[in-house]
Amino acid sequence: MTDEQQPVSDEPTRRDFLYLATGAFAAIGAANVVWPLIDQMNPDASVKALASIEIDLSAIDIGQSITVSWRGKPVFIRRRTQDEIAEARSVAFAALPDPQGDETRVTKEEWLVMVGICTHLGCVPLGQSGDFNGWFCPCHGSHYDTSGRIRKGPAPKNLEIPPYEFVGDTRIKIG
Amino acid sequence: MSGESTYKPSNGFARWMDTRLPIMRLVHDNITDYPTPKNINYWWTFGGILTFCLVTQIVTGIILAMHYTPHVDHAFNSVEHIMRNVNYGWLIRYIHSNGASMFFLAVYIHIFRGMYYGSYKAPREVLWILGVIIYLLMIAAAFLGYMLPWGQMSLWGATVITNLFGAIPVVGDSLAIWLWGGFSVDNPTLNRFFSLHYLLPFLIFGVVILHIWALHVPGNNNPIGISVKSKQDTVPFHPYITVKDAFSLSIFLILFSYFIFFAPNVLGHADNYIPANPLVTPAHIVPEWYMLPFYAILRAVPDKLGGVILMFSAIFILFLLPWLDTSKVRSARYRPLFRQFFALFIIDCLLLGYLGAMPAEGIYVVLARVGTVYYFAHFLIILPMLGIVEKPKEVPASISASVLGGSAQAAE
Amino acid sequence: MIGRTPTLLAAWLLLVGLAAQSTANAAGDAKHPQAVDWSFGGPFGTYDRSALRRGFQVYKEVCASCHGLNQIAFRNLAQPGGPEFSEAEVKAIAAEYEVTDGPDDYGDMFERPALPKDRLIEPYPNQKAARAANGGSYPPDLSLITKARSGGPDYIHALLTGYEDAPEGVEMRAGLYYNPYMPGGKIAMPAPLLEDLVEYGDGTSATVEQMSLDVTHFLNWTAEPELEARKKTGTMVLIYLTIFAGLLYFSMRRIWADQH
Repeated sequence: MTDEQQPVSDEPTRRDFLYLATGAFAAIGAANVVWPLIDQMNPDASVKALASIEIDLSAIDIGQSITVSWRGKPVFIRRRTQDEIAEARSVAFAALPDPQGDETRVTKEEWLVMVGICTHLGCVPLGQSGDFNGWFCPCHGSHYDTSGRIRKGPAPKNLEIPPYEFVGDTRIKIG
Repeated sequence: MSGESTYKPSNGFARWMDTRLPIMRLVHDNITDYPTPKNINYWWTFGGILTFCLVTQIVTGIILAMHYTPHVDHAFNSVEHIMRNVNYGWLIRYIHSNGASMFFLAVYIHIFRGMYYGSYKAPREVLWILGVIIYLLMIAAAFLGYMLPWGQMSLWGATVITNLFGAIPVVGDSLAIWLWGGFSVDNPTLNRFFSLHYLLPFLIFGVVILHIWALHVPGNNNPIGISVKSKQDTVPFHPYITVKDAFSLSIFLILFSYFIFFAPNVLGHADNYIPANPLVTPAHIVPEWYMLPFYAILRAVPDKLGGVILMFSAIFILFLLPWLDTSKVRSARYRPLFRQFFALFIIDCLLLGYLGAMPAEGIYVVLARVGTVYYFAHFLIILPMLGIVEKPKEVPASISASVLGGSAQAAE
Repeated sequence: MIGRTPTLLAAWLLLVGLAAQSTANAAGDAKHPQAVDWSFGGPFGTYDRSALRRGFQVYKEVCASCHGLNQIAFRNLAQPGGPEFSEAEVKAIAAEYEVTDGPDDYGDMFERPALPKDRLIEPYPNQKAARAANGGSYPPDLSLITKARSGGPDYIHALLTGYEDAPEGVEMRAGLYYNPYMPGGKIAMPAPLLEDLVEYGDGTSATVEQMSLDVTHFLNWTAEPELEARKKTGTMVLIYLTIFAGLLYFSMRRIWADQH
């Protein structure tokens, strides 16, 4: 302890290096042990395998919606009416807290596919209600329009669009 | 802890804290500056190794509980889910399952070290008793944990052991039914065993703190068994003992890693990879290796109740050890006769372990009976007698004297 | 005291060795299987991809009619350390099977082609059906078979290739076959492999020995899909620990230098 501080020629540097190397090695080991302990909580292989689903849309009429479950979350799929599409496309960007064109939110203008989770605190909004004929979240009063964009209330962002693609005329693959 | 605290707060905050929660003083006195006999050898590093084992089991166990399902329909598959799907799940589970074996390996070395150097003698009887309690809790935790994968050995091991309680007169049957929560080992049993398996390590942790407390009052024993007489006899715990414990632990980890990565199932039993089936008993029901000596004692007795009593006595007799050993000399180094009997005792334990793995028939039963008799004779006859008949060798005056005097033979 | 380290270590290892020895279960009266030199054995062992693929073919075309593999999903066939089929190949393999899914929007269950996320298809709907179809014997699930039998892959290979005529004096009930490697000598499964029972795509000749080696190789993977990662990590860990122990040893010598 106190003896270690003896000022003996080049001894201290060699000794310091040894202790430093040992300490560094211990730190490397610890870091490598910690990672598996953290990573085990990430989605596992079986969860990742369920990450994409395919949905048949042929049974949905104009003006109807369905809710499907994707990664444990509700996904709203709505076949919009021409009125709704027109309404969504006529809004000025200035009126939007999170400005986004309707064209960028859909692949085919008739089909609106989005994650049905309010961007405020995670509740599921109600369909075809609220001040903008879109969705309304009953938890804290967020209003979304016919494109799922936030118009009024505490939510900061538009409803999220999941990654999806059409794998046929009436078939989509989400995820 | 013997003697006054040497802690000196180095700054204003440390002084402020010290008058409110003297936790730094606690650490300083019990870890940093705790005076340790300078002659303790590698057998003394197993205390640190055991602490490491306990923490490892708790950490990996908590993680496994995040992915495990304690239900008879899902338990086996959820363990396989951990092995196959969870990120690094196989690593964490193999650490936990082999960790139990490593824990017992270390605790056996620790116990035999205490026996050899007389660490249970005054003033360390309470320290020893707390150690035996920890050992008992470890056995319980290991037994409960072995049930959780819900393989054939899990189910039938649990069935056999819980049936032991049925041997108790009058209340035995109701007790067994109460333990099961049914009329055999089934889902309610698995659920409660999981709950208790999660609880026990924390009890162990509590008793370990008492164990360390009871150690730090009289201080460590040492290979020559003479009490510390002056500061010359000791070194501060840090860095002298910490670095030595760390080195020993790193060697221990090499062995541990060998099992985890290259022989993860060698210490287990193949039958436990067959899902539990209440209609078929495996050909040989064998406990894990660390329970084999006691299993041999159980089967050596042709009477159900007698076997159970003898098996539990084999563990409980350890509580009496401080009073069964009548010799005034602690360390076996100065007890020539005891050393020979100690060697015989170890051989007897290994023999019993071997017999526990063999079928209970023919010569094996005879040998198990001889081994059992010798096991108890060691405690009840040999140890009390030795204190009277044995003539100990001359004991050095102090630890420093022995270190100086012994330097020639220790090749330093 | 440092000089005594090797002795102490030797004593420890002996103790562990004895413990491991005494647990090794005497397999009873069965014939001891011969050790096979598997590519996945030893500290650096890895699976042989083509053996795994051939083994899967043998499983699929022969074993799967009676034995399930319920821990394995089609997607596992593509994962690293396994047969490593491509994603497209796995999709195609899965699509050969039908699974029951549902309920659909009308509450009915329906059949659809299997997807990579699905588990392999079980040969029987439940254990009772399996017993009924096999004269009362249950063909065990094979996912963990090499771990669940003492002797491991050596035993499985010996069993598959070890069928003999019953020796004189051994009475065989109908529906039981003689196999000296089976504990008790009697097994309800008839010899499953016959010369050229499958046709390998890679031109390997389908002898009984070859098919047995391949399918055992495959079944060892289904039991231990983590084997390659485990051994690779283990090698790194041991190298690390050896260096770390060395550093600690010299640090310890330095620290203790003033005490001797």
